[in-house]
Amino acid sequence: MFDTALTAADLVFLAKGAGMTLLVTAIAVVLGTILGILFGVFRYQVGPWWTAPLTFVLDVFRSIPLLIQLVLANAFMGMVLRWQLSGFTVACGVLTMYTAAYCAEIVRGGIEAVPMTTRRAARSLGLSWGQDMVNIVMPLATRVALPSWIGLALGVMKDSALVYVVQVTELLKSTQILITRLQEPLFLLLICGAFYFLISFPLARLGGYLERRWSHD
Amino acid sequence: MFGYTFQWKQALARLPQMLDGALVTLQIALLSMALGILLAILLTVFRRSGSRILNAIATAWVEIARNTPALFQIYMAHFGVASFGIHLSPFTSLLIGITFNNAGYLAENFRGALKAIPDTQARAGRSLGMTPLQSFRYVVMPQMLRIAFLPMTNQMVWAILMTSLGVTVGMNTDLYGVTQDLNALTFRTFELFALAAVIFYLMTKTVQFGARLIAARMFRY
Repeated sequence: MFDTALTAADLVFLAKGAGMTLLVTAIAVVLGTILGILFGVFRYQVGPWWTAPLTFVLDVFRSIPLLIQLVLANAFMGMVLRWQLSGFTVACGVLTMYTAAYCAEIVRGGIEAVPMTTRRAARSLGLSWGQDMVNIVMPLATRVALPSWIGLALGVMKDSALVYVVQVTELLKSTQILITRLQEPLFLLLICGAFYFLISFPLARLGGYLERRWSHD
Repeated sequence: MFGYTFQWKQALARLPQMLDGALVTLQIALLSMALGILLAILLTVFRRSGSRILNAIATAWVEIARNTPALFQIYMAHFGVASFGIHLSPFTSLLIGITFNNAGYLAENFRGALKAIPDTQARAGRSLGMTPLQSFRYVVMPQMLRIAFLPMTNQMVWAILMTSLGVTVGMNTDLYGVTQDLNALTFRTFELFALAAVIFYLMTKTVQFGARLIAARMFRY
């Protein structure tokens, strides 16, 4: 098992794949979180009736396999609209919406966890809606939402393994390419799995720690 | 509106084949859920057993299942075990991969549910003369499954969505695999996958609705 044909160039190739995984994840999580906060606040503020279309669209993103979302978005952009988008753009776009769909739920849960009395107290002290949102709701909601948000970000990183379907060579795809050439599936897959694990595990632990620490007071 | 002519009829003509695929998808999801729940209960027992080895096995399982991509787990179940000379069919690999994933996530859900059950429950069972295992089986477990019912529903939805990954190990009888094969035949990519998306959406909604009915019926008191 330790006798391998893996060369330094192959390791660089793998590292590039890992970089792509992290890049796609970072873009999707940052943009998706911004969108998710907007959607979540909007849904909470406007109420369930008028935001039903938005709720439905976000629900669709959570009820359809990511693989199909990617293929559909790619086919729609390429075949129907005939836009020349790179697979990278499509992957980032779809993953952003996917993140936003889950993030909106987390944000809504966070806002709902802030007691109404606290917010009314803030408003009766003369704070505007915006001040109340930024100074009262945001700090309290973050405590509730952050552990789930960490879980979401890690989930997106793991799900970004599917963007190979729009020709983005991320970590798992580059591993597969190397497997085809070197015929050492177990060894290469273990390297790949270890990479995901080493990023995901400490952050998941941090999320669990924050959840425990913040749930007591 | 678009410079593209939609051929919905061609896709709809393939609907029966896709529905057959949907049945296979449901079959895999249900099987992996049933096995996953059993394994998750086993892992929960392992973690509570006090044995260091059993605890280590269960913890390793849960952490690997939760911290690596599902696609990676399915690859391991297919290409990984092939290194040991074990060649599994795509169906078996997919089932093993999803079951492994389900068991890990469910075990963590069960652990969360157990926190909500007071220790006195298990001790009351013990003082009635039950063995530790009996008190877990007849007193704690029913409450645990009840608390974890909603997360279990979510996991079932995940299992349905995860079946689409089977195509990467050569599965071509599930909904995604069938759709991809039809796509290779007809090149109506958008129409076919849109139809598959609708079927997936209906399946997940049916599962969620059904779970709500079951919960209303089972947890009335």
